[in-house]
Parts: sequence; C-alpha cells; structure tokens
Amino acid sequence: MTALLELEDVEARYGPVHALHGVSLGVEEGSIVAVLGPNGAGKTTTLRAVSGTVRRSGRIAFAGRPLGRLGPGAVARLGVAHVPEGRGTFAELTVWENLRLGAYTRRGSIQPELERVFTYFPWLSERRRQEAGTLSGGEQQMLALARAFMLRPRLLLLDEPSLGLAPVLVAELFRIVQQMNEDDGLTVLVVEQNAQLALQAAHAGFVLEAGRVALAGTSEELQADDSVRRSYLGY
Amino acid sequence: MSSAETSAIAGFRARGIALAPAGAVAVLLVGGAVFLLVGCLQSTTFARLTVEGLASGAVYSSLALALVLVYRATHVINFAQGELAMLTTYVAYQLIQWGLSYWVAFFATLAIAFVLGLVLQVALIRPVLHRSVIATVIVTVGLFILIDGVVNWIWGADLKFMPSPFGNGAFNLGGVAILHLYVGMLAVVSACVLLVWALFRFTKLGLGMRAAAVRPAAAALVGVRVDRMLAVGWGLAAVLGAVAGLMAEPSQLFLSPTLMQSILVYAFAAAVLGGLESPAGAVVGGLTIGVSISLVIGYVPQISSELQLPFAFAVLLVVLLVKPSGLFGRREVRRV
Repeated sequence: MTALLELEDVEARYGPVHALHGVSLGVEEGSIVAVLGPNGAGKTTTLRAVSGTVRRSGRIAFAGRPLGRLGPGAVARLGVAHVPEGRGTFAELTVWENLRLGAYTRRGSIQPELERVFTYFPWLSERRRQEAGTLSGGEQQMLALARAFMLRPRLLLLDEPSLGLAPVLVAELFRIVQQMNEDDGLTVLVVEQNAQLALQAAHAGFVLEAGRVALAGTSEELQADDSVRRSYLGY
Repeated sequence: MSSAETSAIAGFRARGIALAPAGAVAVLLVGGAVFLLVGCLQSTTFARLTVEGLASGAVYSSLALALVLVYRATHVINFAQGELAMLTTYVAYQLIQWGLSYWVAFFATLAIAFVLGLVLQVALIRPVLHRSVIATVIVTVGLFILIDGVVNWIWGADLKFMPSPFGNGAFNLGGVAILHLYVGMLAVVSACVLLVWALFRFTKLGLGMRAAAVRPAAAALVGVRVDRMLAVGWGLAAVLGAVAGLMAEPSQLFLSPTLMQSILVYAFAAAVLGGLESPAGAVVGGLTIGVSISLVIGYVPQISSELQLPFAFAVLLVVLLVKPSGLFGRREVRRV
C-alpha cells in the first residue's frame, strides 16, 4: 500500500492564532484513519488544511501530487470530499439537489453515482423532493455523507460525524462508512471525539496535541497505549 | 431507521407552522384572481384596466426579480438596478440609431447588459463585498449617480424617441381597445422571466448559483466557484433590468434619464410585498402592484396618476408593518 495523502510539516493559522505547528502524517490508500485529540488540538484544522478551506503552508501531497495553494474547489476536483463540522448540507435545497451538488465537479451523467448512493441510503430515494432542512439531525448527517459520496471521492474527510447524534445513529453511520471503505475502496480520514468508536472502525490513528502529532500507530497499538486509554478511552 | 418516523412527524409539524400563513396567502391570491376574472367578464373597461395593469406590473416584476436575485446572492439591495436598466435602454436606443432592427437591438442589448452586470460586480462589488453591507450599499448608490451622470453626458437629458416594437395597433375586445403594446409587454416579460426561472430550476449552473447564494462556504467545498456565480447573478439581474427598461420605454412614449426612477420604487415595493428573498413573490408582487394602481386610478377619480408613487410607498409601509416577511417570505424553520 502507498500513502494516498501525505502531510509534511503542515502549518496553518487563523489570523494570528497558530492552529497547526508542523503536522506530519500519512494516510494509506484504502484505509480508515482516525484523528484523535483534545479540543483545540487542530483536528478540524488538519482536515481544512487538506481541503484548502484554511490557508496552510508546508507540504501536502494527494496521490503524489502536491496540493500547493489549491482552493477547495480544485481539491474537490482531484477527488477529495469534505464533510465539514456541522455537515454543510444545503437546508434550503431538496435532498436531490444536495446530492446533485455533491457531484458538481463531475461531468456527464450522475445516474450511476445516484444509484450507488441509494444502495447505501435507500430512504433517500423516497425523500428526494423533500427539503433537506426538514430532515432530522441524523438524516442530515447521512445526507452529508451521501452528498460527499456523490463525488466518487478517493478520499473522504469526515469531521465529527457523531456530533449531536443518538448513539444508535452514530453506530449506523460508522457501519456505512466502513462498508464504503470495504466495497468501494474509499479512503477515509475521520476526526472523532468518540475515540473508542473511531478506533474500532479505523485501521490506524493519530493523536494530535497542541497542533502537533503526539502519537501515531495502528488502531490496535493506540487502543493498547496507556496514555490513549487514560485520556481518550477512559479506562 | 427508527428515527425516520419521529422526524417525519417533526418535519410535518415544522412545515405546518410555515403552511398556515402560506394557505392564507394562497386564498388571498386565488380570491384576487377570481375578482379580476369576474370583473373582466362584467366590464370591458375593467378588462382594459386589468390588462394595462398587468403589463406595467410585468415591468415592475422584472425589475423586482432583478433586485431579488442580487439580494439573495449578496444580501444587498442594488439601488443602481433601475439606472442600470435605464442605461441599457439607451444602449438599445443607440443600436437602433445605428440602423439595427428593433429585435436585433433587443437581444444585443440583453447580451451587453449581461456583460455589464458581470463586469460591474467583479470590478466594483467584489472588492467591498466582504467588508460590510453598508459599504456595498454605498457602492450601489454611487453607481446610481455615476450611471445617471454618464447617460446625461453621452445622450443628454432631453427626451429621445424610440419606435414601439409592437406598433400602434389595438385588439378590439367587445368594443374596448386594448393596445398591442400591453399584450406584447406582458408576453415578452413573461417569456424572459420563465427562461430565467427555468435556468435556476433545471440547470446545473442555476443550482450552483442557488447553492452559492444560500451557503457560500458549503458551495465552495463541493467545487462551486462562488465568486463566479455571484458575478453571473449580477449579469442575469442586469438582463432582467434591461427587459424591464426596454418594455417600460414604449409605455412611457419617450426615453429620458429618469425612465426607471419611479419604476424602481414600484419594483422595490413589489419585492418587499413578495418577501425580498422570493423570486415568485417578486413576480406576484409586481403584478399585484401594477393591477392595483391601474384599477385604483381608473375607478377612484380622487386618486389621479400623480398619486401613483405615494400609493407604492403606502404598500411598502403596510407590508412592513403587517407582514414584514412579505407574502412569500418564510420564517426560518431549521433544526440542528
């Protein structure tokens, strides 16, 4: 396996506030990788640095290609789908229009993508005319995932998918992400507060602390690590 | 999924809140339409006034739609929208002077209007857009004055004459003459509005523009070029304005730099009546105001045509006092 995504010494900041102080990490093609860490460690910023929604420096390479200063649209066109914190669904638009926007950068027919998405989320098909804002929180998160999948991405950036969802829905969501990973070879970089859940689904993980990678390893290694267990798993 | 059922109920309830006033508005509109229809069948004078009102209402609708497009995309009222429309009407006048036939000049003007709107957005609005709303509004007010000056400088303030594209003929409707002009105005504006609606509703470009307007950050994330969409939105607004200007000119008989100034007030009243965010509301609002003014002036001798503008202001005032969100505006129903 080769690294699909490589970050080397990546820095990012919001105005004067440094959020990342040189993050280096690699994501293997076909794997699910979790990013853990306390609030303010730079987990969300790491994803935003990849998708180009925050100004960053350092080296980021996707499929061997340096991203340089590419903006979010250009990164999406390369096959990186980002489900941001708060989902980024278009509440005013219908379910179908949300899905259509997911494939905005694709040319030609989107019928195959649509059918593929409906195999994962059959209920979306019946609700395609419904306004996305009238869906429940869990349904909106599913829609956000479906919309990201419409891009047929090689890499999915998933930010706090469990935020505000009932445990039963979170489990369902991670099951679908795992299925996408297994059936479609989708590579996933997921930021998650629920470390236990994330490490169960992931193959590998990174722990961020104060804008740097503090610890890296396979999920088995991380689950066995004493400091991770104390800080994030709570046993 | 267990949550699907509960969320469906919650969704229904959320819609129920929004539906109650929407139902009242629908009843009101259907009632108004029935009133007009019965009136037209009863009296030919009423029919003539209604058609004339619809025709000028269509012009207000077109300009109101331009205001709504810009408002939805950039959350500012473009005070220069009317002057922009007036400028493009002068462009059409110039093209006809140079020997183009009316309809060639018409479509050439629409193309020029599109480019003009696009360029103005990129050159003047984009640099101040993210500073503050006030800054953007001030730029549009400045643009109003600038265009006024430029038109006076190039073409002068005297009245210009443009041939009517629909001739001077009239339909005979049971003894009452209805000018071709009014039917033509109604037809042209309707066609343009329908085309713009179809563009927004059925094309990928339209979807991108709507996404960029409602959620710029999320739109950028899926690869929509938000800046480009806002510029195209301004271009389309300028096209709708040009249609309004071109159709307003023959009904006013002469072209002058003040062509659109009162129409802008009616269009603004129409947009507010419709809900400022709602394209359908702008169209309905424009037609409502056009027909009301026409009927009131026709049947209430105390209100002469000099009182048209105060009438528009009265509508504005009443809407803002009674239902600030307008007929088609909706309260935000959103869940997290």
